This record gives sequence, C-alpha cells and structure tokens, in this order.
Amino acid sequence: MASIPKPLSAPPLGGLPGKLLGWIDDRFPLSTLYKEHLGEYYAPKNFNLWYYFGSLALLVLVMQIVTGIFLTMNYKPDAKFAFASVEYIMRDVSAGWLIRYMHSTGASMFFVVVYLHMMRGLMYGSYKKPRELLWVFGCMIYLALMAEAFFGYLLPWGQMSYWGAQVIINLFGAIPFIGEDLAVWIRGDYNIGDATLNRFFAFHVIAIPMVLLGLVAAHLTALHEVGSNNPDGVEIKKNIDPKTGTPRDGIPFHPYYTVKDLVGVVVFLAVFTAIIFFAPEMGGYFLEAANFIPADPLKTPAHIAPVWYFTPFYAMLRAVPSMFSSQFPGVAVMGGATLILFTLPWLDRGKVKSVRYRGPIYRAFLTAFVISFLILGYLGVVPTTVWGQLSFLGGVDTATLVARILTVVYFSFFILMPWYTKIDKEKAEPLQVTY
Amino acid sequence: MSAIVLDQVDPQKRRVLIAVTSVVGAAAAAAVAIPLATSMKPSARAIAAGASVPVNLAVIEPGQQLTVEFRGAPHWIIRRTPEMVTQLGKNDALLADPKSESSKQPAYAKNIGRAMKDEWFVVKGVCTHLGCSPTYRKDIAAADLGAEWPGGFFCPCHQSKFDLAGRVFKGMPAPLNLAVPQYMFADDKTLVIGEDGKGA
Amino acid sequence: MNSIVKTLIAAPALALCLLASNTAVFANEEAVLDTAPINLKDQASLQRGAKNFVNYCMNCHNASFMRYSHLTQIGLTEDQIKSNLMFGTDKIGDTMVSALDPKDAKEWFGALPPDLTLVARVRGSDWIYTFLRSFYRDDASPSGWNNVVFKNVGMPNPLHDLQGTQVLTKTGEKEEHGHMTPIMKLAVDRAGTMNQVEYDLFIKDLVNYLTYMGEPARPARTQVGVIVLLFLVVAFFATLWLKNEYWKDVK
Repeated sequence: MASIPKPLSAPPLGGLPGKLLGWIDDRFPLSTLYKEHLGEYYAPKNFNLWYYFGSLALLVLVMQIVTGIFLTMNYKPDAKFAFASVEYIMRDVSAGWLIRYMHSTGASMFFVVVYLHMMRGLMYGSYKKPRELLWVFGCMIYLALMAEAFFGYLLPWGQMSYWGAQVIINLFGAIPFIGEDLAVWIRGDYNIGDATLNRFFAFHVIAIPMVLLGLVAAHLTALHEVGSNNPDGVEIKKNIDPKTGTPRDGIPFHPYYTVKDLVGVVVFLAVFTAIIFFAPEMGGYFLEAANFIPADPLKTPAHIAPVWYFTPFYAMLRAVPSMFSSQFPGVAVMGGATLILFTLPWLDRGKVKSVRYRGPIYRAFLTAFVISFLILGYLGVVPTTVWGQLSFLGGVDTATLVARILTVVYFSFFILMPWYTKIDKEKAEPLQVTY
Repeated sequence: MSAIVLDQVDPQKRRVLIAVTSVVGAAAAAAVAIPLATSMKPSARAIAAGASVPVNLAVIEPGQQLTVEFRGAPHWIIRRTPEMVTQLGKNDALLADPKSESSKQPAYAKNIGRAMKDEWFVVKGVCTHLGCSPTYRKDIAAADLGAEWPGGFFCPCHQSKFDLAGRVFKGMPAPLNLAVPQYMFADDKTLVIGEDGKGA
Repeated sequence: MNSIVKTLIAAPALALCLLASNTAVFANEEAVLDTAPINLKDQASLQRGAKNFVNYCMNCHNASFMRYSHLTQIGLTEDQIKSNLMFGTDKIGDTMVSALDPKDAKEWFGALPPDLTLVARVRGSDWIYTFLRSFYRDDASPSGWNNVVFKNVGMPNPLHDLQGTQVLTKTGEKEEHGHMTPIMKLAVDRAGTMNQVEYDLFIKDLVNYLTYMGEPARPARTQVGVIVLLFLVVAFFATLWLKNEYWKDVK
C-alpha cells in the first residue's frame, strides 16, 4: 500500500522555476490557462473508445502542418514542374518519400478520425444543448477539411488530380445563371491550368490551414466552456461535490486523460505507420495508380472516382437525375447533404442525449443512416453498372436505384428527426454516469 | 464522493513510469525530427549538380584568369607567369598568414604558391570576409592600390587585399586567405575542380 | 455495451470487406494477369534487370526521374554503373534519359514513347510481366503486332529477337454466362534466341527492376517500418502501464 496520498494540485514551485513562473504569470496567464484547460478541466470519467478521436484529430492536424511545411520546401506549384517536383521529393530529397507518405496517408487518416469523431457526436447527442455551437464549429471544420483535401489533391498534378478537380469545378458550373462564369473564375483560365494550380496551392498551404486553426481554437474554446459530454449524456456539472466544488463524476484532464490519450496515440500511430511503411497506396484508395501519370488535359483516365472520403456525396450526386436539362439538382443534393449537418441541434427534440437511453425509432434511424452512408461511400468508388441492371424497371442500373433510396434514407434521418425524436419512447437518464 | 480517491498512490512507481514514458516519447520525437532535418540536406539533384567541373586549360594564356562556376560560387584558374611566382616569395612582410596556417586548402596546396603546380593557381573566388567576389588586379603598383601592390586580388566591398596566391594582407577586414578547393589534373590540358582522386 | 453500438462497429467492418473485394475494378484489363515473381531483395536480379532496361527499353523510352547514381542502392559501384550502364552520358548524377531525340521519336512513332520511371506504379508489376510476354503477330494491326492485355498496342514487340514470334490460336470453347466463348492460347511460332524459361527469367529481372525504379525507397521503407512498429509495441506497453497506474485513482 502506498503511504501518503499526494494532494491533487501540485505544490507551488519553489526556487528559481517558481520565481520565473511568477514573473510570467504577472504578464501572461500561463498558470491560469494550464488550470482551465488541463489541470483543473474536469472531464467525465466514463469516456470510452469513441472519445479518443478528438485528440487524435488534433495530432493529425499537427502532423499535416509539419509535414506540409517540409513538402513546400521542395514542391513547385507550376504546371510544368509540379509532377516532377513530387517525384523529386520521392527520390532525390533525403527522407522525402517518408514525409510525402506521412502527408498523403495523413490526409486519409484525418478523415477516418474525423468521421469517427462525428459518429461519436451523433451517438451520444454531443450536439444537443448546450453544445450547439461546439457542433457548428465542428461542422465548419469538416467543411474546411474537405476544401483543404480538395485543393491539396490537385497539387501532385497527376491524371487523377487533374480530372478530379475538373469534375468538381464543373459542379460549380452547374449552378444556374452564374455557373459558367463562376467555374472560369475559380480556374482562372478556360480550363484547369497553371493559374488553377498556383491558386490551389495558395489556398492549400495558407488560406485554409489558417481557417482550420482558427476553427479548431474556437471548437476547443467552446468545448472547455460547456464541458465534455459523455457516453451517458449526463451533465456532470449538475452534480457537484460540495466539499471540493468539483463535479462528482469529473476527473482532471491532466493527468488522467493525457495518459489515457497517450495510449490512443500509440495505437493510432501503429495503424498510421503500418500504412505508411507497408501499404502507402492502400490498394489505390489513398494514392491512386492513375496519379502516377502526369496530368494530360487531352486524355481522361478510364475510371475516375474521387478519393474515398468524398465518395458518399459523389454517389448522391450521380444518383440524382438531371432535371430541367440541368445537373444542378444533383449538385444541390450533394451540397445539402453536408450543410444539413449544421441544423442537427435544432432538429433533435429528444429529451435524452445518449443513444443508450434513446427509443427504438431513433436507434433504427441512426443505424439506417450509418449503413446508407457506408454503402453510398462504396457506390461512389465503383461504376454505376457494378450491380447490373433491373430489367423490370426499364433497365435502370441497380446501383443507381440503391443510391437513390439511400440518399432518401440519409436525408430522412435529418428531415424526419423532429417527428421521430418526439414520439420515441426514451428511457430515463441515470443521475450519475455509469462507470 | 469524488471520482478521484488517492489511496493507492505509489509516488516512486509513478515517477519511474513517467521517466520511462518520457524516454520513449523523446525517442519518438527524435525519430520524427531526424527525417525532417535530413530532408533539408542537399538533395541527390544538388549533389549531381555539384559534382566536379572539368576545365580546359589550353584556352588560358599566361597571366590570364578564367572564372568557372562550381557549386554556385565563382572559382578562378590563374595561369601565373614565372615573374608572378617569383614575386610570391617576397610578399611575406605584407601578409597576415603567409604560411596559410589557418586558411582552408588541401594539403597539396599548403605551400607558398598555394598550388599543386606553381603555374596553375586554383582558388575559390569568394572573399573570406562577407562573401563578395574580389577582382583580379595583376597590375603591379597600381595607382589606386599603392606603390607596394605586388599584384593580386582586391575586394570592392570592404577593400580587402590578397596576393596572387590568395593570401590576405595584414590589417584587412578579411580574416583568412582565400579558400582553395580540391582539384586534380586529369591530363596535361584538363583540370578537374571538386575532385582530387583521394575521396571527397 | 448495448446492441446498437455493436451494429455500428460491425457496419464499417462490413464496408471494409466490400471495399477490399472491389480492387478488381482498378485493374486495367479483364485479361487474367500472371503474378510477377518480384523480389526486391534479389540484387543480382535487379542488376540484370537494370542492364536489360538500359539495353532494350532505353533505346526509345526514358526514365527521366531516375538518376544513375541511385543504382548504387542495388549493389552496383559507381564504376560498374559508368562502364556497364551509361552510354549517353558520363555524369553519374544524370537521369536515365534515352539517346533518342524526342523530335525524331515523334516523327517515327507518332507520339513520344511514355516515360517508364513510374510505369510499375501505374500499371502494376503483374500487368507489365504479363504484357511483355503476351505479344503476338496480328496482320490486322497497323504495326503488325497485337497484345493480349493491351489491345492494338502501338509498340511492336521490342523483344521478338529474344522471345521469337507468338501467334494467338483458338484451342477450344467453353461456356460462360450462357454462351460459348473461345479459349485462346499464345504459342511461339518462330523461335527467338531464348527459350521460354530463359525469356521469362529475362522479363522477371526487367519487371523486378521496373518495380524497384517505380519506388526506389521501397526496400528502405519496409525495413524502417519493422523498426518503427517494434518501437511502437514498446511504447504501447509503456504508456498503458502509466495509464493503468494513474487510473487506479479513478473510482
């Protein structure tokens, strides 16, 4: 048995370090910041596996910024030299291949982590009052991340970079009246060219990263203002221990969650480095074979698919038929599918937060939503002919029909939410978290 | 009851575990820092471009200077006349380091002429003060350089003077004699700068 | 854990299986590909492959991102590279560029022969291995040649002196999706200087080299990977131990 329990807060520093800290604290709130965000930030003690992905997203963001800085030292944002400069990094720059693979794998892993993080938010109702703004900032981060990935994907200037950007920019061209001019304005040329590459580079390395950092700061500030949710959805701040003045179910973030997240970081790094060192192309999903051919405006590759993290939305786009001789409806559906996430806090009329205490209807809708998102993601990487045709429906592609149904499922999760969350039979939340 | 109960704290064990994790973390940080730092070294392309430069000596007249670029810096080949070589032995009183004790040169160029063969003076044409490239002034006792001027190099930036073996004069801003690169004679008429057959 | 969470975890796993079964979509042709016996640790094979590449492919094709100096990675000395592999240049740091003038190439072939530095990453080693062994005479094609995995390929068989000429003949029929499809077979019609075993080895070495050239960092990559993963196993136990120690406090 241990002898004397250590007091919770560390004793004040003595000697020179203590004096230095005092000097800084008189001029900058260092100790206060530490207390507010680490040492005396009380987080619920019942976090489960799903709660690792927030800190992991922050880790990936830092890695992307660091590797990105070193890539820009050797990359040339010029249509003539871009492709060659990437190969230069892969071959001639010492350890360049490692930095490049960290960045390309990091892009995909960022989305893996963020999708799981958002899933957590959905399951445990982390968007509900008082965390609406926290959720909105998160959705904005997700949008910024998609923009960042899109701009970055053009930079290697391979065939997939080129034709992927071609397709996405043409989506803007589908907007009625202004579309054509808008697409030309985005490209800065009549077709994707040097000007497009140069401005995408500027967006990718400066503009969007700055927006992302700002949003992440806002996201964390909002989180620490309202406090973390947990798998039970019980507000720990409602249950304060009068002796200590701290939540009964809360534990200081540091050291308890710093040491716990460290384990998560190591496990994540094992997966991350296994991909980097043994499967950096990830079977063509992280790095596509056609992107090892320099961009050629005269030849489209046989099979274009967006990178995997965009494919659910791409499948929706393809599923929507063009109407009034315009493909705008598809574009609108695709845009709507991302923007509707913002409205979630105001659609949910359930009394409890966590899926643990929700009723059967909500659970059914959530399950259907997740399954439809995953199958749409699959359908987005394959040709629409993958499942053959349905002869009794006039030869429509089975996959297209399925994608249409799933698009409806995706949207009904949101649109019907005010109704089904109200009539659902919820269980009572416990008074304290289960641990 | 609070969520934290400190009844099983073993401070010694925790200190050890923190130390172990810190060592592991420091190793990880180093493992990430090393590839990032090495990526800033000259790349294979820079090394290829910085490979040795061959120079055709047949085109250089006695007393003439030829400038070639090697690793982005001017390098001079001066075909010294016998008079110029003789003059080198008389400059010691003017010089800060006549024996080239502290300057940079291969062993075979650590002599009065600072050259493998006295006729051919090979030197990096960059002033050891702040990196300007001096001008070649072989005109003895030139009006602007004084009656004692034995012929040499004059830096326009801060007026440093060097003799025809690249040795710096006393009291100049430049601290060291001009640097001599590695070089060798591939044959009678071909000089190779940047390689001396003795390994880089 | 309740059942819904289990479902939510099972669903991504299912999706991953679906994705994994889908890789065939990315193959370039429907033709069945032979597996290339790649072994990047076999330096003798890589060296022979480099020689084959220089002697046969580089008459027309470039490998303009690959420097000769990198060939020291496959166990060659600079002198060996200079005397056996370099013909168009004497600078070891130069890239592997064909002596063929691009203007002439355009005139003779109608298009520039593609750069081969990254061909193994674009097509895959198996595809190249099969492709180089699947040329056959076809009088209907403009070049007089055709290929089983690349219909109406523009390049005539550059290695027919070695392989000989093949013809594609029908050896029977089989039923597929309700109708009969012919079974086609390649056979050597006129022998070359190599028999089939020798030729397959020649192509194996070449494809091995092309695979290495597509990503020279690959051998280093897997080596470093093993060390990193072993380190992370240690790090996992260190951090887990630390976490468990601290979490004794949490009641």
